[in-house]
Amino acid sequence: MTRAVPEPPHNNEMTPEETAVAAEPSLLRSIVGNPLGLVSLLWLVAVLLLAILAPLMAPYSPTKMDFINMFGGPTWSHPFGTDQLGRDILTRLIFGAWPSVQAVLVATAVYVAVGLPLGLAAGYYGGLADLVVSRFSEMLQTLPGLILLLVVLAVFGNNMPLAMLALGLLAAPSLIRVTRAVTLSVREELFISAAKVFGLSDLSILVRHILPRIRSATIVQTALFSGAALMVQSSLAFLGFGPQPPNPTWGGMIGEASRVVLSEPWQIVPAGLVIGITVMALGLIGNAVRDAVSEAWSSSYATLLQRTKGRPKTPRQAGQERTDALIKVRDLTVSIARTRIPIVRSVDFEIAPGEAVGVVGESGCGKSLMSLGLIGVLPPGAALSGGAVYLDGSDLSAMSSDELDRVRGRRIGYVSQDPALALDPMFTVGSQLREAVRRHCGGTRKQNEARSLKLLSLVHLAEPEAVARRYPHELSGGMAQRVCIALALAGDPELLIADEPTTALDVTTQAEILALLRKLKAQNHMAALLVTHDWGVVAELCDRALVMYAGQVVESGPVGELFENPQHPYTAALLAANPHIAVEYGLGSQTTSSGRPQPLPTIPGTVPLPVDWSEGCTFAPRCGHATPSCTAGAVPLIAVGPRHHTRCLHNEDVRPIHLRGSRQGAEGPASEASSIRSSGMPAAVNTH
Amino acid sequence: MISVVARRLIVAVPTLFFMSILTFALVSFVPGDAAVSILGEHATAEQIERLRDQMRLNDPLPVQYWSWLSTLARGSLGTSVLNGEAVTSILNARLPVTLMLVFGTIVVSTLLGVGMGAYSALRGGFQGRVVDILSFFGSAFPTFWIALLLVVIFAAELRLLPPNGYVSPDTSLLGWAASLVLPIAALSIHGLTSKAAQSRDQIKDVLGRDFVRVQVANGFSRRSIFLKHVMRSAAPVIATTVGLVFVGLLSGAVVIEVVFALPGMGQAVVYATMNNDIPVIQGAVVYFTVIVLAVNLAIDLIYAWIDPRVRLS
Repeated sequence: MTRAVPEPPHNNEMTPEETAVAAEPSLLRSIVGNPLGLVSLLWLVAVLLLAILAPLMAPYSPTKMDFINMFGGPTWSHPFGTDQLGRDILTRLIFGAWPSVQAVLVATAVYVAVGLPLGLAAGYYGGLADLVVSRFSEMLQTLPGLILLLVVLAVFGNNMPLAMLALGLLAAPSLIRVTRAVTLSVREELFISAAKVFGLSDLSILVRHILPRIRSATIVQTALFSGAALMVQSSLAFLGFGPQPPNPTWGGMIGEASRVVLSEPWQIVPAGLVIGITVMALGLIGNAVRDAVSEAWSSSYATLLQRTKGRPKTPRQAGQERTDALIKVRDLTVSIARTRIPIVRSVDFEIAPGEAVGVVGESGCGKSLMSLGLIGVLPPGAALSGGAVYLDGSDLSAMSSDELDRVRGRRIGYVSQDPALALDPMFTVGSQLREAVRRHCGGTRKQNEARSLKLLSLVHLAEPEAVARRYPHELSGGMAQRVCIALALAGDPELLIADEPTTALDVTTQAEILALLRKLKAQNHMAALLVTHDWGVVAELCDRALVMYAGQVVESGPVGELFENPQHPYTAALLAANPHIAVEYGLGSQTTSSGRPQPLPTIPGTVPLPVDWSEGCTFAPRCGHATPSCTAGAVPLIAVGPRHHTRCLHNEDVRPIHLRGSRQGAEGPASEASSIRSSGMPAAVNTH
Repeated sequence: MISVVARRLIVAVPTLFFMSILTFALVSFVPGDAAVSILGEHATAEQIERLRDQMRLNDPLPVQYWSWLSTLARGSLGTSVLNGEAVTSILNARLPVTLMLVFGTIVVSTLLGVGMGAYSALRGGFQGRVVDILSFFGSAFPTFWIALLLVVIFAAELRLLPPNGYVSPDTSLLGWAASLVLPIAALSIHGLTSKAAQSRDQIKDVLGRDFVRVQVANGFSRRSIFLKHVMRSAAPVIATTVGLVFVGLLSGAVVIEVVFALPGMGQAVVYATMNNDIPVIQGAVVYFTVIVLAVNLAIDLIYAWIDPRVRLS
């Protein structure tokens, strides 16, 4: 499995294998390792000790009255002052801890005892168990909680532990929901099925494999509930339920103080703070556990929606190097924002008006990020860290968000990979198209309506009016991608950037979309940048192609030239590993002497992670031609023909694969692939 | 759309039954004798027997339940054992106050909570953290304590608002509004925090979706992307959250009514609980359950209205 570190949006979730491997840090360590977690833990331990050892720890008796010292402020002898009967507030707080601790313990024990097994059962067994448990918890969730607790208190004569038991039961659905969701996802994972094959009993799978994995989520939820239970107990005590005066409770102390709150406001402060701090401590412990296991990678495009200023850049003589290029990319570098590790490295290329350029490579090579970087829509966590993108001489990478808005959609259109996700599900196709048209053309309502329908027929959608009235979820994948293309064409752009525009579609639809793109390119004289892993797309549509590996362009040239005469081993290997090409050249369909199909040639190993990218040739570890000089220093792009460049020291040795049908010999289509150590990793399959 | 309503109603009926049986069962499990616990230890055997008859405690449990249910079907929930007043008339008189308090809080806390959540989701960084921290503090303190704090500040110190009490809108509209400000504020501050956090998470989630990037890349106005597209997508889940916290809000309202001496249902229930007025408690359980179910139905309808995928399915 190729591990494409950050190539969002498609690859930013961990694969099940990775989550399975990622062991959770030890519980205590994750709490103690977090400063707030440690403080919270200490506070809770202190509360617990004080609750148990109250008679030993408290400076006074909780009921000792002192009528000379009523409503005393904080002093040395009474740090929190005295109450309406002159009793020491600190002492009463210490004695009041036990009812709260007891209530939280009872409620939490019931909460876990009910919620955890039911959630596990629902998530693990699914089916009927899931249905029954889900309905049951749905019902419990609509019951008015505090009122039921009042019923319990009324019926059972003010029995607080029993009310807390009822609270744990009533609240259990929240734990059931969390446990069920996590269990469900863990169950789906490979190693559980493997455990089943090995004949482990359900119980031992649950206890040994599932419980450790759902620990964090359930602990976070339970910590939150414990805080809530303390609040409920305090509320009930405040209302006058539970232990009766003169016995102290935290809530009861606030209740007594509330009667004199207008004249003695201090009285409500100590108990309120103690409750608040304890609830916060429980919440912070939950946070510490969650932070220790949660993904640091955030996937929100919030930054794209903020207004940014253009940045002054060191003068690069923008516009001075005039060519006929529409867009000129110079030294474009994208880095992971936090670590500053580059993930796209010094990419240079140009696109002439009406020219189509393909970008090819495996996942994790930075193709998508490079194309997103051009128009400043990088995912969070990635940032442009160098280079420039000139559109008619003005540098997009230095533009403010407002300036970019005048370029995006009007001069450059964008089509993403998965049409099912690219449209807003809440609005009709027509509404979204009209919005784009209004934004770019600003005509009357009628004109916009007409133009959006024209766009829909332009992308070959029969019955544009009917399609316009539909919502995205009512469209097939092919139709949705046509709508996305129409959306990108709304501002009549000169350049269309398409990120794997056919990958998510079935083969027939792929062909139709490709035909459409080719027609649009010819008709509108529109330039295109096509990110793809499919050489078929490149052959079909592109004039030139860039081959990217480990964030760099390793070869670039006219498409025919690349197919016939690749000058980089990676290009040759990618071509050999591509099913389309392989079929065309008779690879993969031939049978071996054992009668089994010849496996498709593959590229051994995987794209290294950006942290491991070296100065020299990054492909060397996977390359059959590699020599020590390859990794000794940076390999420059060298010209090997008109507009044909390669980043290889041994380009002379790279042999093409175009010898149709001659693969039996040592020379032939597979020669490049076989000069590479073979493994079971089909490169073509790796890319998304 | 119809199926959404139908499904909710199908859940609602058994919930009501479950609720009524549960309440009933609880009352019958009273250790000792409900009549004794109502009349106290010093009641004579004759008094107890009369009350038992009056409460039909001598009938078998299913018969008791059936008779309670059939009086309920006739729109009666029995009479208070304290003063003989019909439970429905006690609760009906108090219903409007509770509803004003609760719906006022929903409006205020949803508007502010979603606003804070949206701000935090969009800003991130330091400004986002401030919202997180505020909401963290807000949710850590009990409602009644926040209420008292507000009373100290706005009633005792600034003397802007009454510390407690309720003014009917028929008497004085201004007085009515003033009497509800602090209760609604106290309940909102507590409920605000979970709404802010949940809206933030939901909005962040929507902000990570492909269509946001596609719209930015195709030059949609950023204001429209956020306010129209992102918020619309986040709305259904936020509405569901409002429904989920509604039950908690009712509990909060009970306490707040006591703090501010508002003549609502919560105050009646607390008083009934202290005095073992079982019929009033049972009646209140029915009222509260119906309110929760009605709100859930409303939320489902709002969900369907917002999300075409639900509406058209």
